[in-house]
Amino acid sequence: MTTAGLTACHDCDLLNRDVPVPEGGASRCARCGGVLRRHKTDSLDRTLALAASAAVLFVIANVFPFLAFEMQGDVTQTTLATGVDQLWDKGWYALAGLVFVTAIGAPFLQISLLLYVLVPLKLGRLPYDLARVFRLLRHIEPWSMMEIFLIGILVSLVKLADMANIIPGLALWSFGALIIVLAAANAALDPRLIWDRVEYSA
Amino acid sequence: MTAGVTAMSRSMVSCHDCSLLVHLPAHRLHTQETCPRCHAGLHVRKSNSLARTWALLIAAAVLYVPANLFPIMTVTSLGAVQSDTIMSGVIYLLMHDMWPLALVVFVASVFVPFTKLFVIAYLCISVQRRSAWRTSERTRLYRITEAVGRWSMIDIYVVTILVALVQLGALATIDAQSGAVYFGAVVVLTMFAAESFDPRLLWDASEGRDE
Repeated sequence: MTTAGLTACHDCDLLNRDVPVPEGGASRCARCGGVLRRHKTDSLDRTLALAASAAVLFVIANVFPFLAFEMQGDVTQTTLATGVDQLWDKGWYALAGLVFVTAIGAPFLQISLLLYVLVPLKLGRLPYDLARVFRLLRHIEPWSMMEIFLIGILVSLVKLADMANIIPGLALWSFGALIIVLAAANAALDPRLIWDRVEYSA
Repeated sequence: MTAGVTAMSRSMVSCHDCSLLVHLPAHRLHTQETCPRCHAGLHVRKSNSLARTWALLIAAAVLYVPANLFPIMTVTSLGAVQSDTIMSGVIYLLMHDMWPLALVVFVASVFVPFTKLFVIAYLCISVQRRSAWRTSERTRLYRITEAVGRWSMIDIYVVTILVALVQLGALATIDAQSGAVYFGAVVVLTMFAAESFDPRLLWDASEGRDE
């Protein structure tokens, strides 16, 4: 029996016949309703543009002052990585590692790998080891949690409100924009277009 | 409900990473094969799904206790030391009339981890009892559970940000406490537990039990 023209649902294993999906639409499993495929408009171009913007925002978010804390004339300036640094210095290695991976490491890898895959494809070349790199990228995604970090900032600001003055820095705004841009990049990506480019022999 | 033709019933395996549908002769269906396109391991079903999920879940449930009982941070201000647990953080926000934020933190830090433990346990048990009850809804329950788990990280980030900002030596300092480590472990373990559960088992179990 041939596998051509069939897709198995990831959630229930039902074999679904491939149907043409209109732009902006999605095909769903006939049995459990799981998404089989989303057809994105200009997928690779848009993802590339958004990933490139994300790269710029990521640098700004990590280099410039993030938040400043002012209490009775004393000002503490922090960057995005200060918390990780402090936790590490105080011996909370597991926490420091967890926060570093989810708030800095995973987003960094996500952006770099997106560019690694999409820039050569745009130039008509195949990136080296595309399959492995793209697999890695898909596995990193759930561990990139910047949007949750932002809610964490909100909660922290409320907790410190009656103790001190908090001065938002350039990096904070950049971080906020980065979350939106990176989420848009992920939403614009149609993984099937990448997999179709991978050469293999069955 | 219709009994469907699954990939497995046609001796096919769908690659978990790249969705390539691979036809394998029956004797190779349960051996160690890799996807010809992306080289990920091919599994008809995630290997030892239930055993792995239970192991991770039980570990998470055990750590859930100290995560909630032990303080996640201490605030030292002018010599006075005050400890905060997950729950006292929510209560603090409530007392300061920040109830929308209190609600967000309560849902993310208390409701989601607790419910997630029960939902995944329920899904495992329903597979083991070969339940055919509302399989579609149970699949959706799984998808939601998998998607919301990461939001429990809020409290870990709050501790991190407070530690970063409040480091004024004699005036005030904030330090993390062991509760935060346990809580972080619960979040990570339940994320892995949701990932190791294979929703296709829900459908396999209900197969042939349609009324």
